[in-house]
Amino acid sequence: MPEKRIRVLIAKPGLDGHDRGAKVIARALRDAGMEVIYTGLRQTPEMIASAAVQEDVDVIGLSILSGAHNTICPQLMKLLHEKGMDDVTVLVGGIIPEADIPALKQSGIAEIFLPGTSTQAIVDFIQQKHAKT
Amino acid sequence: MCDPTKLKTPIRMQTPARDPARDPSPEEKSWESNTLGPALAKSPERQREFTTISGHPIRQLYTDADLAGWDPKTQLAHPGEPPYTRGIHATMHRGRLWTMRQFAGFGTAEDTNERFRYLLAHGQTGLSTAFDLPTLMGYDSDHPLSEGEVGKCGVAISSLADMEVLFNQIPLADVTTSMTINSPAPVIWAMYLAVAEKQGADWKTISGTLQNDILKEYIAQKEYIYPPEPSMRLVIDTFEFAVKHTPKFNPISISGYHIREAGSTAIQELAFTLRDGMEYVEWALRRGMNIDGFAPQLSFFFNAHSDFFEEIAKYRAARRIWYKAVTERYGAKNPRTWALRFHTQTAGCSLTAQQPFNNVVRTALQALSAVLGGTQSLHTNSLDEAWALPTEFAATIALRTQQIIAHETGVTNTVDPLGGSYFVETLTNEVEAGAWDYIRKIDAMGGMVAAIERSYPQREIAEASYRYQQALDKKEKIMVGVNDFVSQEKPLEILQIDETVAHRQAARLKKLRADRSQSEVDRTLLALKKAAETHNKPSASAKPSSANGALHHENLMPHIYNAVKAYATLGEICDSLRTVFGIYEETAIT
Repeated sequence: MPEKRIRVLIAKPGLDGHDRGAKVIARALRDAGMEVIYTGLRQTPEMIASAAVQEDVDVIGLSILSGAHNTICPQLMKLLHEKGMDDVTVLVGGIIPEADIPALKQSGIAEIFLPGTSTQAIVDFIQQKHAKT
Repeated sequence: MCDPTKLKTPIRMQTPARDPARDPSPEEKSWESNTLGPALAKSPERQREFTTISGHPIRQLYTDADLAGWDPKTQLAHPGEPPYTRGIHATMHRGRLWTMRQFAGFGTAEDTNERFRYLLAHGQTGLSTAFDLPTLMGYDSDHPLSEGEVGKCGVAISSLADMEVLFNQIPLADVTTSMTINSPAPVIWAMYLAVAEKQGADWKTISGTLQNDILKEYIAQKEYIYPPEPSMRLVIDTFEFAVKHTPKFNPISISGYHIREAGSTAIQELAFTLRDGMEYVEWALRRGMNIDGFAPQLSFFFNAHSDFFEEIAKYRAARRIWYKAVTERYGAKNPRTWALRFHTQTAGCSLTAQQPFNNVVRTALQALSAVLGGTQSLHTNSLDEAWALPTEFAATIALRTQQIIAHETGVTNTVDPLGGSYFVETLTNEVEAGAWDYIRKIDAMGGMVAAIERSYPQREIAEASYRYQQALDKKEKIMVGVNDFVSQEKPLEILQIDETVAHRQAARLKKLRADRSQSEVDRTLLALKKAAETHNKPSASAKPSSANGALHHENLMPHIYNAVKAYATLGEICDSLRTVFGIYEETAIT
């Protein structure tokens, strides 16, 4: 029984160019059988939301290391809501102070993966969340 | 009981493939069969293979057999003499310690000025400025794309007015300053020179370093604005300006640090950095500059990662490769051109968010490798690096770590204490050979700009970084506190930058734009644009790599300096150049 592959958009918002994490995750998710679209660098929340709609993704993975998460994440969540994309699972990976995590989750971010997370943990999280029956 | 003939196979399995040319002495062969064999039979080694953190195979023992054919007279020599394997100075750290240069910057210019003065008061010997992302990307603090980023990763500098505050009460005639800025480097440097001039410091004697290494931005850190060719033109403009006006200032710090942080191996870091260096030299030579005129002002910057001996081998090999390259490829005659000077920063990517106090230990060991490798200047990371910019508490421990190495460990008492070690010399040779393989590959592609356009170094680094992540996931490599020896700890107290920084910056910019002479700003920006347009565009048929736009045009530095002095903002100056040069977008590879 052929399953529809999980579609993931890996996005690098903000001005930061440190893309090691985004690339590693993109490749690990692809190796785990998911369909991965990588936006490239310096994507605004508008660009990410439009790409998510256009590519009809199940998951958005944001890589943020610069400290701009409290600005970027709420903007993106608002845009996704406006576009009727409330079902999409939004994940954040990167350098996020623990004190900021509750508010980010409150805004609708499904999970935050901190430095040191294994790629398998992220694969497992996505697969559980999107287990197709 | 123990039949040595049956042991042969398992012993061979446990040691990496030997060089077929390796010819061990009769004593070593006897040791292998009489001592090693029985020892392995009794208790085998912990792993089948031992490798460096970069995956480079390491043998169980190094002896004179590994150095057969190696000539210490030409390959090792003495400190202060070519090929500088043992260091670029005769007395190294006995004569002068390295410069303790802690990278700092956050919030507004006032915030960072306060941290600078704190570090100098605590025995730091040079300054190093971290700029925030809008500054690094050539945007003012009040640009829409700067939202959420102002003052976060470094200090926000939008105009000469900010720079004046940043160096308030810091005598630029005496303190050397390093500035980590790349695409907008000519603008930030012009601001620095303007502050020096106001303070009455002589440009001929001030000293410091501009990072200004655009090639590694395309390769690794990705903070670029313009396409490679006009970017290279700007770099060569700063070389010319430095030779003429600031003979003690390094207009570039050719950097492997970011290449390594992006996930490269040690050999890739070394090879790409030195090939970048050769690329700058070649563009400057095509501009008509004299190698022995500008190359003494080139400086380098390497990472100090966790594999202790591999790092030491890397620094030693770096000096040897650079000496060979500048003499054999470019005919350099000046010993100051031959000697590779470098700054080191311990590896941020090796530090863990988990059990952060362990990072003090990691950093100390990494710093030790840089000192044993003969560094001229050093930044030690703070224990909270994986969480945020350092608190004053964390930054102080990082500085103290260097002072302990310098004054307590005794490693500075002699020059190159590891020189002559079978292992260190062999590894130095192997790392050097590996780097030359890459350098020749890039030569064959037509140079580094051409290699970047083919995404070659980018792809090699992405491969290496994925391999390392897989090794961590499979526990083939261990990171203490991350994939083994895990325990729970209380969260750290970290430095938080709030949005009031952005508001203060926006208010200051508004006032600046109201107070300055707009006609003077317009006049200087127009002159800059006109000069930028004098640039000879390569013909459509020319290959990007061979089309050298560095030829025949006006140097932009004086125009940038005039605009800065008129209080044109960083964003306005970079925008003027954007309209002439265009912007660069990479092909994203994953």
